[in-house]
Amino acid sequence: MAEEREIGASAQNDTDGGLQHGYKSGSNLERMLRAGHFAATAELGPPQSADPEVIRNKARFLKGVVDAVNITDNQTAIVRMSSIGAGVLAMGEGLEPIIQMTCRDRNRLAIQADLLGAYALGARNLLCLTGDHQSFGNHPTAKNVHDLDSLQLVRMVKDLRDEGRFQCGDEVKGLPPRFFIGAASNPFGDPFDFRPYRLAKKVAAGADFCQTQLIYDMPRFREFMKRVVDMGLHEKVYILAGVGPLKSAGAARYMRDKVPGMIVQEEYVQRMEAAVASIPKEDKKGRRVAWQEAGIKICIEQILEVREIPGVAGVHIMAIEWEEAVRPIVEGAGLAPRPQVGDSSLRSE
Amino acid sequence: MIVGQQKPLEEIMKLLGDAKKVLVVGCGTCVTVCFAGGEKEVGILASELRMKSRLDGSPVDVDEVTVQRQCEWEYIDPLAERLKGYDVILSLACGIGVQAMNERFAGTVTLPGLNTTFLGLPEEQGVWEERCQACGDCILGITAGICPIARCSKQLLNGPCGGSQRGVCEVNPETDCAWQLIWDRAVQLGRTEELMEVQPPKNWSKSRDGGPRKIVREDLRLVTESD
Repeated sequence: MAEEREIGASAQNDTDGGLQHGYKSGSNLERMLRAGHFAATAELGPPQSADPEVIRNKARFLKGVVDAVNITDNQTAIVRMSSIGAGVLAMGEGLEPIIQMTCRDRNRLAIQADLLGAYALGARNLLCLTGDHQSFGNHPTAKNVHDLDSLQLVRMVKDLRDEGRFQCGDEVKGLPPRFFIGAASNPFGDPFDFRPYRLAKKVAAGADFCQTQLIYDMPRFREFMKRVVDMGLHEKVYILAGVGPLKSAGAARYMRDKVPGMIVQEEYVQRMEAAVASIPKEDKKGRRVAWQEAGIKICIEQILEVREIPGVAGVHIMAIEWEEAVRPIVEGAGLAPRPQVGDSSLRSE
Repeated sequence: MIVGQQKPLEEIMKLLGDAKKVLVVGCGTCVTVCFAGGEKEVGILASELRMKSRLDGSPVDVDEVTVQRQCEWEYIDPLAERLKGYDVILSLACGIGVQAMNERFAGTVTLPGLNTTFLGLPEEQGVWEERCQACGDCILGITAGICPIARCSKQLLNGPCGGSQRGVCEVNPETDCAWQLIWDRAVQLGRTEELMEVQPPKNWSKSRDGGPRKIVREDLRLVTESD
């Protein structure tokens, strides 16, 4: 199915040595998806410090386990090492980064400048996001930017790549940045009826792949995917279903009650509660281990489930501040070892 | 209308510093309608200042006056004589009024007693909500008559962010999600097609980002360039 998609074809890329066969960016993630493999990506959160060892340590848990790794951009509006800086460190450890870029902190000048720099440093995947509101983070009195919205960002990155033009229309003077362009989609946000159309708009703007919000409401995700497939969007964009291991019953309840844009069905909360039902509260370690096992088990089941849903091209595993969990999840879901898709263009230019 | 909110008394006292004679100047237009800086509020604030300063042991002489509109020369010019003899003027107008006073009466210090909060309307008695950001390039014609620039926390032009749930904004459950409102209205009007178009980046140069804005209408000027 995936081979038939001509998502990646772009004749002009043939002039670029690293972008043969019509690849848009030549990234490993793009090659994997183009080859029709069920993709697996994960997430790596940069530290609230300038310590490169944090990235290197986390990277070791992910190397060879997934096809590419999202590097978050001031996630939850808390200042962290930049996505590009951390992404370059991750590349040094053999990971392919997906640079996250939000519209919250930068205007169109800053974003484009950073994209030129990121590409020059070897980054090939970019995820375009609106960004969590600054009021959630540690600088709630900051001014937000939102010069562009995430959709306009997608379009700008596409025009840089396919037209060799900056947002203003000026030509890029030389090598343009050619990213594999990602967008996010939240099937659990409202208004639900608009969500597939919003994804359609992102596709029209130029999104090549899409990662969804964490799924803890499978029926709603199925309904979303049904509409997406009915609209033919899965033929135009690779959809990676967002999954993640729950760490505890409390974490499940927190996401259910406190995180805007998330739906957590009771089933998940109950399973996490049941996982420690026979372990006394004093046995904190025992409970933690039981929760982790249950969280990983549920996540594996979810991957097996979403894999069967028409239109799903891969999974995005969000094990937030728990990178160690990714390997057992990928292995448990039968996604290891990752297929090899020829010479990655990573740092080949 | 312009909606304002009085600054806390402590902050006003601090702004007044060691002034001994203060004139509180109200405005009879927007801030009267929103109960923040009209004649009545001027009276209340003046009394509070008198009492507080007396309690603090350094009584301040506070007088009151309210003009019809503090943002037009013809209404504030007659104040010229009235301002004499005061250490400072405390304006309960919006920021436009405060600046008009400072501009017209350059030798007198006029301080703000209000925070100019937004351009909005009273949702109900005692509740005001923002409706316009004066972005200079109105898009209400393509957003079902509801402004995402003023009412979406992220000023999104192409639909709701992932934080919209059950009709409210992720930033504050008391705030309606502008895009939920836009979608619902578009559905009601049968005009959802309009929302499917990819809206290009906004031209912010027409907003504050282009620098202070000015409109010159030659057809209305009494003295034109050719004179």
